[in-house]
Formats: sequence, structure tokens, C-alpha cells
Amino acid sequence: MESILDKIQLPGSHPAAGIIHYTLHLADNALVIAHRNSEWCGHGPILEQDIALANIALDLVGQARNFYQYAAALIAENNLSSITITEDDFAYLRAADEFKNFLLTEQSNGHWGTTILRQFLFSTYQYFLYRQLQHCSNEHLAAIAQKALKEVTYHVRWSSEWVIRLGDGTAESHQKMQDALNELWPFTDELLTGGLASAANISLDDTLIKTEWTEKITSVIADATLHLPTSRQYVYGGTEGKHTPHLTAMLKDMQYLQRTYPGVEW
Amino acid sequence: MQQAEPEIIFDDKIEQEIKIEPKDWMPEKYRQTLIRQISQHAHSEIVGMLPEGNWITRAPSLRRKAILLAKVQDEAGHGLYLYSAAETLGIGREEMYDQLHTGKAKYSSIFNYPTLTWADIGAIGWLVDGAAIMNQVPLCRASYGPYARAMVRICKEESFHQRQGFEILLTLGKGSKEQRDMAQDAINRWWWPSIMMFGPPDDSSPHTIQNTKWKIKRFTNDELRQRFVDICAEQVKVLGLELPDNDLKWNEERGHYDFGEINWDEFWEVVKGNGPCNKERLETRQKAWDNGAWVREAASAFAEKRNGL
Repeated sequence: MESILDKIQLPGSHPAAGIIHYTLHLADNALVIAHRNSEWCGHGPILEQDIALANIALDLVGQARNFYQYAAALIAENNLSSITITEDDFAYLRAADEFKNFLLTEQSNGHWGTTILRQFLFSTYQYFLYRQLQHCSNEHLAAIAQKALKEVTYHVRWSSEWVIRLGDGTAESHQKMQDALNELWPFTDELLTGGLASAANISLDDTLIKTEWTEKITSVIADATLHLPTSRQYVYGGTEGKHTPHLTAMLKDMQYLQRTYPGVEW
Repeated sequence: MQQAEPEIIFDDKIEQEIKIEPKDWMPEKYRQTLIRQISQHAHSEIVGMLPEGNWITRAPSLRRKAILLAKVQDEAGHGLYLYSAAETLGIGREEMYDQLHTGKAKYSSIFNYPTLTWADIGAIGWLVDGAAIMNQVPLCRASYGPYARAMVRICKEESFHQRQGFEILLTLGKGSKEQRDMAQDAINRWWWPSIMMFGPPDDSSPHTIQNTKWKIKRFTNDELRQRFVDICAEQVKVLGLELPDNDLKWNEERGHYDFGEINWDEFWEVVKGNGPCNKERLETRQKAWDNGAWVREAASAFAEKRNGL
């Protein structure tokens, strides 16, 4: 399958490689989970919450676009491609193994509770990450993070309220949420292992993010009367392009038009 | 026969263009007509999310994806305003949903047609939302206050919806041959169902006379349809595409476009439930409702539990 990366000359040793990869990683996280949420549009359990989740999806598409546009600008500034690269090239013309999103974001929607919980685990991470990123040395990333932080603050509030409501709702909802937590838990440690930021010379306090994330998750899960899984069996690989089959299926749908009719304007 | 006093006040308000508000006395038939019309409109918004929602995940650019997501979300918002307006007339949302799911309440037949290609998203915006605006702008002056106010908000957003649809078709019209064919095919499929959206011709429209008297309705179905045809016949030239009607011709004498005969048999078939997607749309709504039951139950149980603390 044709990939836009074939049109970009970016050796790993290039000084801009780290920042470009990190920016794409931030963009991919936002896009992939936004896409998942958008699959719910029109199918939610309560009209008001259908709207809320679509809103979150919209915020995240917006964040993804900002990051992709910055990555495209870096390619141009550094003369890394003979053609003009756009935000859409990154989203629509890369294969699954070229995406750098965390595995958590690509997991299928499951039931409404799985989706809410996935959002809560991810948004909480994104919140503590952006809180640091808004002060980082790269002014572009800092500006995007600062703007997005207001949105993410709401995402955390909304999703945590629903985790608590469903966890401590009925016996059925409690069980569904506990099952969802057990199912998603193996994907959580990947959020906290960092890695890509340091290669981009972005200095983050990963230990602090991990502590803050763990505290928030622990307190909300307790309030929801749920139990944190004790298993330490974690899965990793998303940032290196090693994905679960969910992402391939998602991209097949998402990239369908661009792949069927290449090279035209939409 | 002498009119009872509240009825005189009601008639007087209608006459003087003073809005009827939820606590005012109103004839039972006026209330029932509004419940039927507003809930039908709300259902149309919610069912209408499905054919377009079908393309959110496949939108061909991030910009288009964001716009379409925002648009479909707007429709959910419109549904919400309208359900709330209907609730002021003494019907609950659950009851309205039940009427939708059991087929007792109708929704706009247009949403029983499938969205086969990306160009359909353009055609829906341009034609379906265009027809909806034509129908809805006069409703901003409807005599029932909550309905009129909901319509003001809705109409503002609908005009953005129509523009985005037109822009999609404009881009496709300037694109490759395949894209132009896709756009023309979508217009061919959506044109006739769109002009049917104005409802049956005036001589067979059962509600027109009373609703006009009550100032719920301001123009007849045929008047609005003619206005819509006149506008689209000009706009399609800008797109460089055609409307699928050989009889479409400017009539100097009338100052309007003449157009071909509408297949009302098709219209009534789709209304009766025999359109291409009636079954699928209702099943999808029913499924979303059923799958969400545990979420709604949990939310109520939680509210009871925590409020009791």
C-alpha cells in the first residue's frame, strides 16, 4: 500500500526526526480515540450523552489536526519532501504500522461503559501530560497543549463522573464496568512509560505524570466501588507501530475514499 | 354558540400574533397537532443522524470529518430542543420514543433512503437541508412560543449545514470524472425525494387549512415546493450539474420554473414503511435504545443512591 512516508526523506539521524515522530505520536493518539468515539454518533444510550461524546471526539479531531499541521510544517521547514505534505496525508496515507498511537486508544468501543472507561484512562493521562507540555521548550507543542488543556479538563470531568455513576449504579452496570476495567488495564502502562518525548528533546517529568495519573485513577475507581486489577501483565508496542488488529480495521474504514480515489481533492 | 372565555383569549392572541405559551389555555386539538408535529420533527432529527453518521468514519479529509461530526451533533441538539418543546405540551420523552419505536409516530420519509457514496453527504446538505430550511424558516413565527424559539436556533445552524453540502458538491463537480459522476448520481437519487419533503399537494394535504388558521403553518406545501425548485434550478448551474427532470423549464408567464410530475405513489409507499431503509432505521434506533437501557438504569439507581446519602 502506498505510504506518504515514502515521499519524505527523514533519516533517524536528522535533527528534526525526534520532534516530528513525537508530534505524530501526539496527533495519532488524539485522532484514533476521536475516531473511535465518533463511531458512537447517533447510537448513544442517552441523547445528551451522545452529544457529549461527539463533542469530545470533535475536540480530539481538532487537537490531532493541530499536531499534524505542525508536523507538516516541520517537514516543509526542513525541506524533507519534494511535495507539499498536509495534515490529511498523515491521517489517510500511512499504514497501520506507521501509526504511533498508544494501543489503548485503538481498542474497539465495546459497550458504552468500555468507551467511557477508555476515555477516562486516556484523558486523565492526557491531562497530566498537557499540564507539563504547555510549559515545554517547544513553543508550538506548548501552545497546542495549553489550548487543549481546557478541553481535556472537561473530558476528565465528564468521563470520571460516568465511571463513578456506572460503577456504583446497578449490579449489572457495576459488573460491566469491572469487566471493562480488567479488559483495558493491560494497555495502561504503555501510557506511562514515556520514551518518545525524550528523543524529541522535550523534557517531561514522567515519574510525576505516573504518580498523578495513578492517584487520580485510584481515587475515581474507589469512588466507583470498582477494584483496580492486580495483574501486572501489560502490553506495549503502539509507539513503535506494533498494533492490535483493531487499528488495521479502523484505518481500512477511515482511509477508504482516499485509497480508492487517490490524488483528488475532497 | 357562544365561545367560552379562554377560547376567546386564545383566538385573540392568535389574531394579534401573540405567542401561545405552555401555561396558556389552548384547544386540545391545537395541543395534539403541535405534539404530533414537533415530535415528528424531533424524531426526524434523530433518525436523520443515521444516514449521515454512516459517513463520519469515512469522511475523506480531517476537515470534512470535523464538519460532518459537528453537523450530525447539531442534529442531536435539534432533536433535544424539539423534544423539550414538545415536553412543554405535556408529553414525556420516553413516551415519544416509544411512539417512534412502535411506528405510531412518523419521521421525515427522506431518511428512509440510503447514503451510498460520499456525494450523498453533499446532496443531503444541499437538497435535504435546503428543503428543511424552506419548511422551517416560516416556523420561526409559529404561534406556539417554545416551538418558534426552538426553530430560530435550528434555522441558524441549518443554513451552515446547507452550505457545507453545497460546498462538497462544488468540490466534486470540479474534480475527476469519477467525482462528477458520483455527484450527479447523488443529485439524481435525492432530488425527487427532496421535493416530496414539502408534503402532499395542497388539494390532498389534510392538515393545511386548520394549521394555517392557527398560524402554525404560514405557507402551503405547494408554495414552498415551488420556491425551493426555483432556487435549486439556479444553484445547480453553479455546480455545473443537472437536476433529473426533463420538464424543468422557466415559465416566463408564471415567473417560476415548471417541473415534472411527482411520483406520489412512491411517497405514500415510503410513508407507509416500504422505503429502502425504513426497517433498518427503526431497528437501529431501537437497538441503540435497548443497548442503552442498562446505562439509563444505572444513572437512575446512582442518583437515588447518592441523593439519599
